[in-house]
Amino acid sequence: MRSIRAAAVGAVTLSLALAASACGGGSASGGGSNDSPKTLTYWASNQGASVEVDKKVLQPELDKFEKQTGIKVELEVVPWSDLLNRILTATTSGQGPDVLNIGNTWSASLQATGALLPWDEKNFDKIGGKDRFVGSALGSTGVHGQDPAAVPLYSMAYALYYNKKMFADAGVTQPPATWDELVEVGRKISKDGKWALGAEGSNLSNNIHQVFVLGKQHGADFFTADGKPDFTSDGAVAAVKQYVDLMAKDKIIAPGNAEYAQNQSLSDFAKDKTAMVLWQTASATFASMGMKEDEWGVAPAPVQSGEPGTGTNTNSMVAGINMAVFKNTDNIDGATEFVKFMTSDAEQKILNKAYGSIPPVKAAQSDPAFNSPATAVLRDTLATSATALPQVPDESQFETAVGTAVKELFADAAAGRPVTTESVKAALAKAQQQMPTK
Amino acid sequence: MTTTTASARPGERTVGKSSPGAARGPRRRTGRIRRIGLPYLLLLPALVLELLVHLVPMVIGIVMSFKELTQFYIRDWSIAPWTGVDNYRISVDFDAPVGEALLHSFLVTCGFTVLSVGLCWFVGTAAAICMQDTFRGRGLLRALFLVPYALPVYAAVITWAFMFQHDNGLVNHVLHDQLGLTDKPSFWLIGDNSFVALLVVSVWKGWPFAFLIVMAGLQNIPKDLYEAAALDGAGVWQQIRRITLPSLRPVNQVLILVLFLWTFNDFNTPYVLFGKAAPAAADLISIHIYQSSFVTWNFGTGSAMSVLLLLFLLVVTGVYLLLTSRGRRSTHA
Repeated sequence: MRSIRAAAVGAVTLSLALAASACGGGSASGGGSNDSPKTLTYWASNQGASVEVDKKVLQPELDKFEKQTGIKVELEVVPWSDLLNRILTATTSGQGPDVLNIGNTWSASLQATGALLPWDEKNFDKIGGKDRFVGSALGSTGVHGQDPAAVPLYSMAYALYYNKKMFADAGVTQPPATWDELVEVGRKISKDGKWALGAEGSNLSNNIHQVFVLGKQHGADFFTADGKPDFTSDGAVAAVKQYVDLMAKDKIIAPGNAEYAQNQSLSDFAKDKTAMVLWQTASATFASMGMKEDEWGVAPAPVQSGEPGTGTNTNSMVAGINMAVFKNTDNIDGATEFVKFMTSDAEQKILNKAYGSIPPVKAAQSDPAFNSPATAVLRDTLATSATALPQVPDESQFETAVGTAVKELFADAAAGRPVTTESVKAALAKAQQQMPTK
Repeated sequence: MTTTTASARPGERTVGKSSPGAARGPRRRTGRIRRIGLPYLLLLPALVLELLVHLVPMVIGIVMSFKELTQFYIRDWSIAPWTGVDNYRISVDFDAPVGEALLHSFLVTCGFTVLSVGLCWFVGTAAAICMQDTFRGRGLLRALFLVPYALPVYAAVITWAFMFQHDNGLVNHVLHDQLGLTDKPSFWLIGDNSFVALLVVSVWKGWPFAFLIVMAGLQNIPKDLYEAAALDGAGVWQQIRRITLPSLRPVNQVLILVLFLWTFNDFNTPYVLFGKAAPAAADLISIHIYQSSFVTWNFGTGSAMSVLLLLFLLVVTGVYLLLTSRGRRSTHA
């Protein structure tokens, strides 16, 4: 009897304990506190060749921070494929890290959740002021007119990487500066199993980056000034068609690239199968694939005509990673201190050198390491001819909707089906209809 | 402290002892309550867990489906504005883009499920029947057949994704380069062929389960039935038609229901094969709802779609169980 009674008591206790734990958690409290001043958790995005490489790069810096401040930083490197869902989960549960990296194109979408600490003037003053950062990088930290939701950490830009041997074999002496030149050069190269340009047709984000830039060159923005989707404007249609036509009409992109989404175009480049790629900070990847630095060159991404510059001669989106603080952190002072450390001139040089990116901090850019031929092109692009993707709350949905439309159009092109202005417009109209209406 | 009640064991009569008659009634009642209540008390942890793991999320999901839950409210979904049945109306408005896409995805899923379940059942049953007789190497072959079922889904499907690649994939290498069955290498991961690729992987992954269940079912068929049939001159096909398949009916009823539910809701296969944006031809409803919820951040609409899917599956399962039990009753009659 006693054992039965004990079992019953145990059962009831366990039930109550489970019920009580289920009642815990809940939504995030707003504001943040300093209840846990000696620790921080940090979700870093995967920047290097692997998560392990990132840990090797970041851990010594985190140890340095601990030595300086006594604050221990628990690091978790989150792969890109998981990062956004992890952030959304953390936002919903309120159980997130204190500090995290976000893709800068997500800034406005994540800002809308209200989970990230706004970087008002007071907070920026704590890390040395807003003026320390490059303007284009600050342009992708949240909706214009609102306090930024994040601080720029690593900046990147698109450039045209070309395979010197393949150029020489085809008798091409210099990289193309305009799209017409690129197609002309491309036709010379695209034969005997070799292709001129690589693409990642099934990578939605990459598709968006390319068509956004081409859209700018055609005078289109994909969103109206008041943030409403505008995917079917003549410029937007022309941009998407021009990009897909590189495979469908100009035949300088291999049809197989329509299903690429895992950076296979870079592998083709390293294997002398593809002569050019439009990429952001690819040098470290080429090195990891066994290419020597003198085997490839880098030039500004093409424009329709003339020289790259702002406006219709935009030739890159402002790519990069931002650093954000979860609003409900238990160590708000430590989190701000950590952001200050990571965006300090010295750390910016160390980290951006390790990742082959460009520091968004002006003072750090003067380091000679960022003046090599490869990085100088990226730095100049960021300074003069790069534009941030639309900073609207629906940016994330835009990437999915239009990125998928471009993916389907590439699938048509690969299968030999015609890609016309009408089919492009229909695909973009469908994408626009899928956007939230509220 | 008295030990009078503690000495009474469950099921033990305490009547006839020296205790006063007035106290006998309540004590007996207490004992009965305890006897009846104890099993429920012991079930309580399981009930609470069931409540937490299934019922609470389900109720939350239903509540969410009546809310305008976008990125603006996910931090505290309880404050999201009520939209009534708007999310449901949007989901079933088949003339508008969201509803049209959902209907397309539903139809693709129905076609895919019928084909996949049918093929899994057919291949599994055929293999199980072939493996019924003992022969040299049967054990090894049986173990090999179960390999797809034993492999981790992610690893298996990603291997298929490599094999289906246009340029370097094994499938095109065999079909085009070696056998010359196609004019040019086909695309399997984009475009219309993606449905075929999805079906192949799904059947490859699912038939060993059918094989396992049917094989177990075959063990229960008495051997003398076959011997009697053989004496009467029944051939192999007639034995399968007249003995094997009717005897397997109860097993098949459960097997097909389970395969149907698994296949209709399969998320892993299309997600690993195609990523978060499946080609239109292979846009299964599970991926479609995931995309509505977690990619376009329209959690309210996604929840409404999930509830509709749940209702559909409940109705189909209910009708199926009703029909099969009626069939069973009439068979017994």
